[in-house]
Amino acid sequence: MSIAIKVENLSKAYQLGQIGTGTISRDLERWYARVRGKEDPFLRIGESNDQHSKSESNVVWSLKDINFEIEQGDAVGIIGRNGAGKSTLLKILSKVTAPTTGKISGKGRIASLLEVGTGFHPELSGRENIFLNGAILGMRKKEIQRKLEEIVDFAGIERYLDTPVKRYSSGMYVRLAFAVAAHLESEILIVDEVLAVGDAEFQKKCLGKMNDVSKGEGRTVLFVSHNMASIKSLCKKAILLQDGKIKNEGKANMVISSYFHTVKVNIEHFENSDFKLEKLKICDASEAEIKNIINGKKIIIKVSLKVKTPKPNIGFCIAIYNVLQELVTCINTYHINQKINSLDIGIYEFDTIIPPYIFNDGQYHINLHLNSQNGDLYKIFENYASFYILDDEKRRGGVFRGGWPGQISLLPEIKIKEIKL
Amino acid sequence: MEHNEAHNWTIEAKASLFDLKINEVWAYRDLLWLLVRRDFVSFYKQTILGPLWFFIQPLFTTIIYTFIFGNLAGISTDGLPKPLFYMAGITAWNYFSDCLTKTSTVFRDNAGIFGKVYFPRLIMPLSIVVSNLVRFGVQMILFLLFIAYYYFAGASFQITWSIILFPIVVMLMALLGLGAGMIISAMTTKYRDLAFLIGFGVQLLMYATTVIYPLSIALQKYPDYAWLIEYNPMTPIIETFRYGFLGEGSFSWASLGYATGVTLALLLFGIVVFNKVERNFVDTV
Repeated sequence: MSIAIKVENLSKAYQLGQIGTGTISRDLERWYARVRGKEDPFLRIGESNDQHSKSESNVVWSLKDINFEIEQGDAVGIIGRNGAGKSTLLKILSKVTAPTTGKISGKGRIASLLEVGTGFHPELSGRENIFLNGAILGMRKKEIQRKLEEIVDFAGIERYLDTPVKRYSSGMYVRLAFAVAAHLESEILIVDEVLAVGDAEFQKKCLGKMNDVSKGEGRTVLFVSHNMASIKSLCKKAILLQDGKIKNEGKANMVISSYFHTVKVNIEHFENSDFKLEKLKICDASEAEIKNIINGKKIIIKVSLKVKTPKPNIGFCIAIYNVLQELVTCINTYHINQKINSLDIGIYEFDTIIPPYIFNDGQYHINLHLNSQNGDLYKIFENYASFYILDDEKRRGGVFRGGWPGQISLLPEIKIKEIKL
Repeated sequence: MEHNEAHNWTIEAKASLFDLKINEVWAYRDLLWLLVRRDFVSFYKQTILGPLWFFIQPLFTTIIYTFIFGNLAGISTDGLPKPLFYMAGITAWNYFSDCLTKTSTVFRDNAGIFGKVYFPRLIMPLSIVVSNLVRFGVQMILFLLFIAYYYFAGASFQITWSIILFPIVVMLMALLGLGAGMIISAMTTKYRDLAFLIGFGVQLLMYATTVIYPLSIALQKYPDYAWLIEYNPMTPIIETFRYGFLGEGSFSWASLGYATGVTLALLLFGIVVFNKVERNFVDTV
């Protein structure tokens, strides 16, 4: 396998605050420093991009000494929290902005999709926009001509081809835009969260197309998303960025779960004028607090809540998410027809008992919702706790190798009867 | 796949100042034409008069100038029919000033697109110059109609040999507007002040160019200050244009050569500055 993209010591600095006032004097100072062969006085080395902390310098390193290689034909997901430097990295790779230091070398044409529909003109027809957008993305006219039918087909806008795109529904607009970009003949495709648009069916189609691109056509794909499920299904490898540095890289599964270790679990106990969350514990059958639960055992989620103002008909709901931030289940007192009548002032304990053999092995997070009967939310406690489910290994005779497929892990009974012919 | 030849590329922090990326621009030539088409089509979509709007502006300006500068102020037009004199100046000046003002805001106007996708940025100003050329061409038709009308009406003017310099004159106007516009656009990404300057600056510059008066009158009335007008590179360009079509005006090889020199210098400087700013402007605009 040859290397498609090689990134060496890549850094990017941004200037914080107002740009404009005082920049002339600063530019002159910078220029004077350069003339004397000194370093730029405004680029202090070693400031990392922690958005929460204040710092003296108003230069921030959005990316700092990034090094990685991507092999040809790989689909690589880039993940990280907001502000980790993902978009900056994509911008540099797609040549929209230049790095402050470092070098990237690569092989093959790059098509980048930082946004769908860049350069669409509302007055022009769908056909005209296909050509314009294709050309902006770097296609030659005859190349677009050849792909026109395929693009129109993929977007499903044949009837509207000669209508100005300003008359399109937003879904059609996005479909057309993605279709143009997806049919680019490039060796490297860079995609930034465009899948967050369109309906579920179209998102699936986009993912399918990207899958074809990387697996079928052997093109290199770089994909940024907050949707871990799509990263997982599309990418073999992933890179986790944190504060402008590479925190982890390797197999997608491994990197994704290490990403969720960086998601902070909220331990501070919440309090407002209505409620106070006294504690939230995850316990085993003996009511001892645990983090790792064998899936053959009961789980008890113990919540103790102080009610400060009386609430009529409260709904109590525990939402459980997996590492991909997908909702696995939502346990609500309304749904299980267990009505809680008005809660007076006082402290209440809610013990939710979950029977064994439900969750598959992996990490889970808990959100806690309190709502009124008509569905108004009183409060959500997000990421309040997390727990691990470990497989009890019984079902494979003690040789569990990890990773049952699927979302849940039941232990059903399968009856086998032989029927004589 | 057609593009299977493995072209290797590198992205580096510092780029050579004189890498003008002309071959890249060539590779994107289709985009240039599509952008020109877009400008042209979107200009007259949903209008009743359509491309006729290209006529209306120079026509009315000519009428107003004829009344105010010609009749009211009584500025000489070197013996040429007044509308013809003004229209020659306006048509040429408009092309230059459109190129200049539109190019000078190219980074700000296209910040959205430039921030999301890469293509050689030079394509944008080039497309502006070419789509204004289309507009200029349409306005030239109006000018030629005027010439034909006055010719049959027996007015005193003549077309001279220097009309063959017309393509060069057009090129000079385009490149001068492009060069100066690119320098300004590169600077406005950081210092917005220049954007305010350009609005009325172009208007003032018109009065320092021989649009509404002939150079001969300026030399005669203000012999001490006329150098300002003479050193304005647009002056010889407009004078040559007028001399070619109407046979009046001050034409000299020396001044045209001077204008060419200034144009090429500004253009080269403009491209270099533009390419330098283009790499990082997304961060500051």
